[in-house]
Amino acid sequence: MQTTSLHINGEEHTLKADSRTTLLDALRNHLGLTGSKKGCDHGQCGACTVMVNGRRINSCLTLACMHDGDEIVTIEGLGAPEELSSLQAAFVAHDAFQCGYCTPGQICSAMGMIEEAQTGWPSYVSETLDDLKELSDEEISERMSGNLCRCAAYPNIVRAIRQIAKETE
Amino acid sequence: MKPFDYVRSHDAAGAAEAVAQGGSFIAGGTNLLDLMKLEVMTPDKLVDIGRLNMNEISATDDGGLRVGALVTNSDCAAHDTVRRDYGVLSRAILAGASGQLRNKATTGGNLCQRTRCYYFYDPVMPCNKREPGSGCHAMNGFNRIHAVLGTSEACIATYPGDMAVALATLDADVEILSAEGKTRSVPVRDFHRCPGDEPEKDNVLEPGDLITAVTLPPARKGSHFYRKVRDRSSYAFALVSVAAIINVEDEKIASAALAFGGLATKPWRDPEVEEVLIGERPSLELFEKAADILLADAKGQGSNDFKIPLARRTLTAVLAEGCGMEAPL
Ligand SMILES: Cc1cc2nc3c(=O)[nH]c(=O)nc-3n(C[C@H](O)[C@H](O)[C@H](O)COP(=O)(O)OP(=O)(O)OC[C@H]3O[C@@H](n4cnc5c(N)ncnc54)[C@H](O)[C@@H]3O)c2cc1C
Ligand code: SF4
Ligand code: FES
Ligand code: FES
Repeated sequence: MQTTSLHINGEEHTLKADSRTTLLDALRNHLGLTGSKKGCDHGQCGACTVMVNGRRINSCLTLACMHDGDEIVTIEGLGAPEELSSLQAAFVAHDAFQCGYCTPGQICSAMGMIEEAQTGWPSYVSETLDDLKELSDEEISERMSGNLCRCAAYPNIVRAIRQIAKETE
Repeated sequence: MKPFDYVRSHDAAGAAEAVAQGGSFIAGGTNLLDLMKLEVMTPDKLVDIGRLNMNEISATDDGGLRVGALVTNSDCAAHDTVRRDYGVLSRAILAGASGQLRNKATTGGNLCQRTRCYYFYDPVMPCNKREPGSGCHAMNGFNRIHAVLGTSEACIATYPGDMAVALATLDADVEILSAEGKTRSVPVRDFHRCPGDEPEKDNVLEPGDLITAVTLPPARKGSHFYRKVRDRSSYAFALVSVAAIINVEDEKIASAALAFGGLATKPWRDPEVEEVLIGERPSLELFEKAADILLADAKGQGSNDFKIPLARRTLTAVLAEGCGMEAPL
């Protein structure tokens, strides 16, 4: 058993769990935060994406006990049904989902991605390695490739993200 | 997953000593936990090195760069000096995995990532790498992603990574701290092993050996390329990749460093391929000659035969681009 303290969405949690517990299972099964989804449990789909210390990661491929003292933000921390965050509202406005299973991961990933792009990080499709100037649709798709959508809502996911990236420039 | 003891390490020497007694280091966890969930790897102890002080990139006295073993793949690819002087490294890292995974994956963990051979991943199947002496079902089975160079009777598994392929062109060194407290440096080119008759050993690390950093010599002159061919355009491992640093002066190839991913059992660099190019005027015939040398000993296993012509075409296309020529069709 491991005792781990986690700061999640601004609240302190003390988790007592088997060392095998992934961060994803801790969130979903121990702390009742079921917004983060389990798609593959192997880093291959992005449904479990959360922010840890300001960076997006796959919560299925990390152990909860590795995150003692870390700041974690999940979809529940971004907004609530009655007060959606701008990204959440944009996903609704652009019809950027069908079943919605991948959506929390898409939105958390987009949050992290927009910040990475605004910091200037290049991507595989960037022509040069200089600071990124424009977050084109091709750039958005490449940077979001770690999030699969079985319903293939990709075009509208890109539109929703493009809108928010433009608004926060 | 099999149960294990978890310990957070606070000093590098202590971590090395602890793992020398058994168990495994865990850094980002993105490869190890994947394999532990499937019980392909079953360490009884995890020594978490994630918070050791090895996450900086700094200039070295000789004008090179030292990348700490815990620098994340994202931070390495985005670092100003890496982008400016070691572009092939940024490009190779950005070609791998996904944004989320690169935020977690570390330099040391990336080097040690294991093969993606389907049989290795399935504990029900025999596999000489996972269970020495049990056999290799990839040999006469599904082997589309497998290696055509550096294979042995025992194992034909590909080294899957991208970063190490770029590091091979850069003549980087891996800095290692042993459990006895000794530091040694191994060229990246000699770090990974061909399977031979010990396919269970992916690299030269001994139990307890901790990678502390990767060091890069001063930047090489030339243009940097990383071209990765894969089944989908992102978030997939390489079928074939080519890392290249090419410098053309007075219409001749003054220098060329070339390394290949997806093709072999380790990041592949063949000095003879470079020698045939250096000092010559670029031409498609010359590039074909380089490909002949690279692939002289290549051996397909059936489903991966296509990698041989694919490697030829990818190499000639990269050389053409590097020499400012029209790419061949
Ligand atoms: C879906 C998916 C897609 C991927 N696609 C790609 C791709 O296209 N290209 C690519 O290159 N990679 C790809 N990867 C692999 C990824 O790059 C690796 O998982 C990652 O780099 C491993 O780093 P880590 O820090 O998480 O390692 P860990 O999982 O923590 O460790 C891996 C191994 O290295 C050992 N280790 C870690 N640090 C040290 C150290 N300092 N000294 C000694 N030993 C150490 C550990 O004991 C363990 O055996 C992919 C992974 C996934 C899950
Ligand atoms: S190719 Fe290597 S890793 Fe794959 S089944 Fe054969 S021995 Fe195992
Ligand atoms: S559940 Fe984590 S990536 Fe699929
Ligand atoms: S909306 Fe159904 S998986 Fe994306």
